[in-house]
Amino acid sequence: MPEIRVTPLGAGQDVGRSCILVSIGGKNVMLDCGMHMGYNDDRRFPDFSYITRNGRLTDFLDCVIISHFHLDHCGALPYFSEMVGYDGPIYMTHPTQAICPILLEDYRKIAVDKKGEANFFTSQMIKDCMKKVVAVRLHQTVQVDEELQIKAYYAGHVLGAAMFQIKVGSESVVYTGDYNMTPDRHLGAAWIDKCRPNLLITESTYATTIRDSKRCRERDFLKKVHETVERGGKVLIPVFALGRAQELCILLETFWERMNLKAPIYFSTGLTEKANHYYKLFITWTNQKIRKTFVQRNMFEFKHIKAFDRAFADNPGPMVVFATPGMLHAGQSLQIFRKWAGNEKNMVIMPGYCVQGTVGHKILSGQRKLEMEGRQVLEIRMQVEYMSFSAHADAKGIMQLVGQAEPESVLLVHGEAKKMEFLKQKIEQEFRVSCYMPANGETVTLPTSPSIPVGISLGLLKREMAQGLLPDAKKPRLLHGTLIMKDSALKELGLAEHQLRFTCRVHLHDSRKEQETAARVYSHLKSLLKDHCVQHLPDGSVTVESILIQAAAHSEDPGTKVLLVSWTYQDEELGSYLTSLLKKGLPPAPSGGS
Amino acid sequence: MAAHLKKRVYEEFTKVVQQQEEITTKKLRLTKPSKSAALHIDLCKATSPADALQYLLQFARKPVEAESVEGVVRILLEHYYKENDPSVRLKIASLLGLLSKTAGFSPDCIMDDAINILQNEKSHQVLAQLLDTLLAIGTKLSENQAIQMRLVDVACKHLTDTSHGVRNKCLQLLGNLGSLEKSGTKDAEGLAIRDVQKIIGDYFSDQDPRVRTAAIKAMLQLHERGLKLHQTIYNQACKLLSDDYEQVRSAAVQLIWVVSQLYPESIVPIPSSNEEIRLVDDAFGKICHMVSDGSWVVRVQAAKLLGSMEQVSSHFLEQTLDKKLMSDLRRKRTAHERAKELYSSGEFSSGRKWGDDAPKEEVDTGAVNLIQSGACGAFVHGLEDEMYEVRIAAVEALCMLAQSSSSFAEKCLDFLVDMFNDEIEEVRLQSIHTMRKISNNITLREDQLDTILGVLEDSSRDIREALHELLCCANVSTKEGIHLALVELLKNLTKYPTDRDSIWKCLKFLGSRHPTLVLPLVPELLSTHPFFDTAEPDMDDPAYIAVLVLIFNAAKSCPTMPALFSDHTFRHYAYLRDSLSHLVPALRLSGRKLVSSAVSPNITPHEDPSHQFLQQSLERVYSLQHLDPQGTQELLEFTIRDLQRLGELQSELAGVADFSAAYLRCQLLLIKALQEKLWNVAAPLYLKQSDLASAAAKQIMEETYKMEFMYSGVENKQVVIIHHMRLQAKALQLIVTARTTRGVDLLFGMCEKFLQEVDFFQRCFIADLPHLQDSFVDKLLDLMPRLITSKPAEVVKILQTMLRQSTFLHLPLPEQIHKASATIIEPAGESDNPLRFTSGLVVALDVDATLEHVQDPQSTVKVQVLYPDGQAQMIHPKPADFRNPGPGRHRLITQVYLSHTAWTEPCQVEVRLLLAYNSNSRIPKSPWMEGGEISAQAETSIEGTIPFSKPVKVYIMPKPTRR
Repeated sequence: MPEIRVTPLGAGQDVGRSCILVSIGGKNVMLDCGMHMGYNDDRRFPDFSYITRNGRLTDFLDCVIISHFHLDHCGALPYFSEMVGYDGPIYMTHPTQAICPILLEDYRKIAVDKKGEANFFTSQMIKDCMKKVVAVRLHQTVQVDEELQIKAYYAGHVLGAAMFQIKVGSESVVYTGDYNMTPDRHLGAAWIDKCRPNLLITESTYATTIRDSKRCRERDFLKKVHETVERGGKVLIPVFALGRAQELCILLETFWERMNLKAPIYFSTGLTEKANHYYKLFITWTNQKIRKTFVQRNMFEFKHIKAFDRAFADNPGPMVVFATPGMLHAGQSLQIFRKWAGNEKNMVIMPGYCVQGTVGHKILSGQRKLEMEGRQVLEIRMQVEYMSFSAHADAKGIMQLVGQAEPESVLLVHGEAKKMEFLKQKIEQEFRVSCYMPANGETVTLPTSPSIPVGISLGLLKREMAQGLLPDAKKPRLLHGTLIMKDSALKELGLAEHQLRFTCRVHLHDSRKEQETAARVYSHLKSLLKDHCVQHLPDGSVTVESILIQAAAHSEDPGTKVLLVSWTYQDEELGSYLTSLLKKGLPPAPSGGS
Repeated sequence: MAAHLKKRVYEEFTKVVQQQEEITTKKLRLTKPSKSAALHIDLCKATSPADALQYLLQFARKPVEAESVEGVVRILLEHYYKENDPSVRLKIASLLGLLSKTAGFSPDCIMDDAINILQNEKSHQVLAQLLDTLLAIGTKLSENQAIQMRLVDVACKHLTDTSHGVRNKCLQLLGNLGSLEKSGTKDAEGLAIRDVQKIIGDYFSDQDPRVRTAAIKAMLQLHERGLKLHQTIYNQACKLLSDDYEQVRSAAVQLIWVVSQLYPESIVPIPSSNEEIRLVDDAFGKICHMVSDGSWVVRVQAAKLLGSMEQVSSHFLEQTLDKKLMSDLRRKRTAHERAKELYSSGEFSSGRKWGDDAPKEEVDTGAVNLIQSGACGAFVHGLEDEMYEVRIAAVEALCMLAQSSSSFAEKCLDFLVDMFNDEIEEVRLQSIHTMRKISNNITLREDQLDTILGVLEDSSRDIREALHELLCCANVSTKEGIHLALVELLKNLTKYPTDRDSIWKCLKFLGSRHPTLVLPLVPELLSTHPFFDTAEPDMDDPAYIAVLVLIFNAAKSCPTMPALFSDHTFRHYAYLRDSLSHLVPALRLSGRKLVSSAVSPNITPHEDPSHQFLQQSLERVYSLQHLDPQGTQELLEFTIRDLQRLGELQSELAGVADFSAAYLRCQLLLIKALQEKLWNVAAPLYLKQSDLASAAAKQIMEETYKMEFMYSGVENKQVVIIHHMRLQAKALQLIVTARTTRGVDLLFGMCEKFLQEVDFFQRCFIADLPHLQDSFVDKLLDLMPRLITSKPAEVVKILQTMLRQSTFLHLPLPEQIHKASATIIEPAGESDNPLRFTSGLVVALDVDATLEHVQDPQSTVKVQVLYPDGQAQMIHPKPADFRNPGPGRHRLITQVYLSHTAWTEPCQVEVRLLLAYNSNSRIPKSPWMEGGEISAQAETSIEGTIPFSKPVKVYIMPKPTRR
């Protein structure tokens, strides 16, 4: 039986370094190629040696698909293609293709220039790697080779995030990447048609969470900012350059516009400006509102949000500043934080999760005095707020997607094992489909029952249709006809061909030895069948095309030789002709008289 | 040669005679043979199918008269039989359908032919088209049972066709023509009526989605025609909800809704359990599930239908707003719940802490239901949807459901408040309106009020005003809430001063609804001090006025409140009561003589003495007819003065009073004009005096136009009187002209015109003539034959005597009459800074005005701009610039483009609103004018305009262009 095999190299019962190998219909596809944030050693990249110990990866993989530009989904790509060595096609959407190299370069800078790591990929490698990328559009069916085709669906999450359907023949797998089922201020909700794949590989970050309405959070956020600004305070919002930052910008921008506010909003320069440029460009990937109004005004051309300069931090009066990085552990956001922390009128809003040990985590857990370097103690009087803006589907969203796609089975990745367990149980219960959650390196094998297309002649079909009057989908209809199978069907089913052979014994009066009889038969047939291939095999048998003739001595009468003629069903004509020929007997040998 | 000539003459002669004959015969006859014949010739000429198609297309562009339809149909059918090309046959079939729809043509004669050709047709497309034609025929002959049966039979026969198009049309035919009677009964011919429902139901499982959709649509059509659908359809329809195609799902949702309305109380089992629930609840649950469908078309459909399912049990309804939150498998409270708790614990929000929303108790993993079975959270999803169409539909549905259930209204409040923050303005506006509609059922909590008030800063005027309206009818629970609202409204006032009126109005209602909550706030609001006198606030400060409006309206039903006022407050009250009487109610201030309490406020409208006064004074005028002219004039003058004053005092009687006063004024003018000495003096001497009489005539004309078009609620009996008055004015004008001008030509024309007017009057108001006994017109019509034949001078003489003899007609008062009025809010006309622009270019001026009691403002209200050089410009606002915030009220928000050549210094232009009228537009409505020969252009053209708003001056300065 044919099967689909799935092996996560990363993201199996884990978040980070997403990398999943899928073998489907004899094709091998790698889904995502990410790095892990938590490690700085070899573990940060997936173990590509699993694919092949020695030998080129290109020979083993048919293609690589990247779902979106987050580093835990594409961070290992230059390492994989340039350092390990892969020359095949890499598929991603246009926005991903545009933004991915910026993030990779940024990542490289931090790793090499700041941490001084050696044996890391270079800028040139990123460039070379991106040359292998093939960009795809939404809902465009891309033919990777003659059998393998892929198709992208909108996934929300971040700009350019996509879900991919991988299809070989009638078997298909859908990989969701990260997705979001509720729309936000700049992106729409993920959508997929009823494609009924054999397997749906879905992320499960929030497998055990049902989230509250987004509107409450937005309203809270806006109110906090508005109140602080009205008081004359300053608001610091530490963000990462891409994704949530843009959503918050749009949110504040429209609010400022609506409420006619005048306080300035700043955004730290550099990486962000470049990224905003791409947001402006890929309007078709954004949500309904932005798509519909961009003719009048592109929402990403911010009116109220200006580039930040270091000197602005000391300006009097209210302002809002977005600054990187998001966890307040270094850089501009920390600098501004130190300046503003002493004033109780000011406020810092953490829009995302903070890793333990960072300043962000400390202040969120309620610490009001921080020890900075050089034994300085920073007293925090400013207000600290936490707002979670996350763009992953929650448990209900995941179930909704499963319901939309109607897969035969589901496989969970990109989440914690304990949480997956719950969701797995729910999926099995509600949809009555099997659900898997392999760990890294563990292989799931999924037998499939491929559908075999049967052709039917139009005439026959019409005749049958004309007989029955009413259409009735529930009742099977009996159809008389003959089913003819071709080789390919057997191969697909993995069955051996059944051979039908005819054998016939011909008695010859010949007292010579078997070899000689065979030689005589050979020469006789050779002379008669000029345009057939007649061979005398070393073991003494004679073949005419595929027909086998063996001579043996009769067990009782040594004077009689028995010729065994054997032919397949396909060579029936030639076979019967040969037997009739042999039955007439052999011509007397030239030396027969002696 | 001569013979030849003669022959030619004869030929021509006969020809002429023939033509005359043709002309005398009816025109329609003439075209009848030519139309079909021309078509016939064209079709015969056609060498290729493409040619024939062209001819048919050309033919289809012109209309065909009812008489010639049959001929054309015969020709078309004839060609149909001969035609080999399917596309031409298709066109013919479609033409047959079009023709059979012609009014006045009975298509039963072509039905046989149509069914006949249907049987021999091979092409599927043509078949579908023919069925469509049959549908057109069948709908036309909907009374004929036998034909209907026959057509249904034909449709059933073709239901097994292989083409989806044919099956579609068959189902459509069945839905439209299928018999509505119960199956089993036999009609006279013994043909069993087919069970259409069963037949259509079978096609719910057709292989083609288009046919499935058509089947559901046909079923809905049957329902619309009054057939009661079987309950068994419900189960079939439920299966279709999981169809692969969106149009099928969308139609199925409708069908389920229909069935749920038909059998709300019947019981259906829940699959995989032993329980049973009401059908309407089950259907509600199913439709709720469709709110999270993959296709937004279905989502919109589902969300819309949810609103009209009012029989749903309340616990099902409340589930739609319920979404059990959890985090890490632990139950979590929603932000709404947290806000409520915070409020009920008496603690104010202290800023959010990290982990404030930390999950509490563990959730039983088995009990969590992730797929919403039933109605769970349908609205939560609908309101968060990506497409704003879905969100609007959800808000509307929420509104409808909340109006019928107050407990649901209470629950959905939080969600509506959240929608105030939507990214699309339309959605925000819709949710504010919704909130207003349900506000009778709810009381706002402080935290909710806080959120609502946040929207007051919105830059969109529509949003702010909608919010003011919402606050007008909102119930607030605490005095802090009132204070909060006042503070926010004042903030709004400083930010957007143009909102002044709207805010004052809002505070008026806020005060009168919550007198007891305002009471404890009064000292603080008026900043009075128990011992010290505080400074007197500035009376012109809009914010101070706003506070006073709130307090005075609260004081109206709270007699203890005035005791808290300081002296200047009473003074301000007197001032405001006079200047803003619509906002400040009359207060009973005991022991104070500052305020005149002449008008007692609590009078029931029934025995309203002012109304009696109006009636009496009018009757007095009408009864005094034979007084000496001096006395009459004086009485009229006094009555007019009384009426005007009455109108000012009693706003509800203003319409009637003004209307009557205007009529009396006309009469007064007429009497005065006739009293002039000029009539007795010889012609050459009074040239200079004639001014007064002609001015009077002109003024009467103006007044009558105003009476006719500026009042809403004017009935036909008033119109007659008004027109009569106008006729008198015209007669006066004629007489004056006759006496002042030399030359007969001009007079002759005027006479002619006047007589036409009289004739027109007679035709228009023939039904009302009996009421006009003894009047000017009555006498005039008596003398009409003589007038027509007499010379102008004589006519004038007759008219003069008749005008003097004519009696004063009684003007019956209409039930409801309101004067149209307009106030321009913007531009305010107070600015000293001229609007500068380069000459030759345009500058846009925002105009914002409220219109009261204007009928059909889209076509009548115009904006006029008067430049200092006397140049006037009339601007027609777009229909979309008018909004309708309430009955009888309109709002015009538009932009006016100004332009002029360069000026040396800034100058003021006047902007005013005009009411355009056209007295001819009344005519086609009259039933005796058949055919309505007045062209559409005449109807829309403007005969004249009445200015009905105070002009506003705008300072502008066109600068010369710099080169």
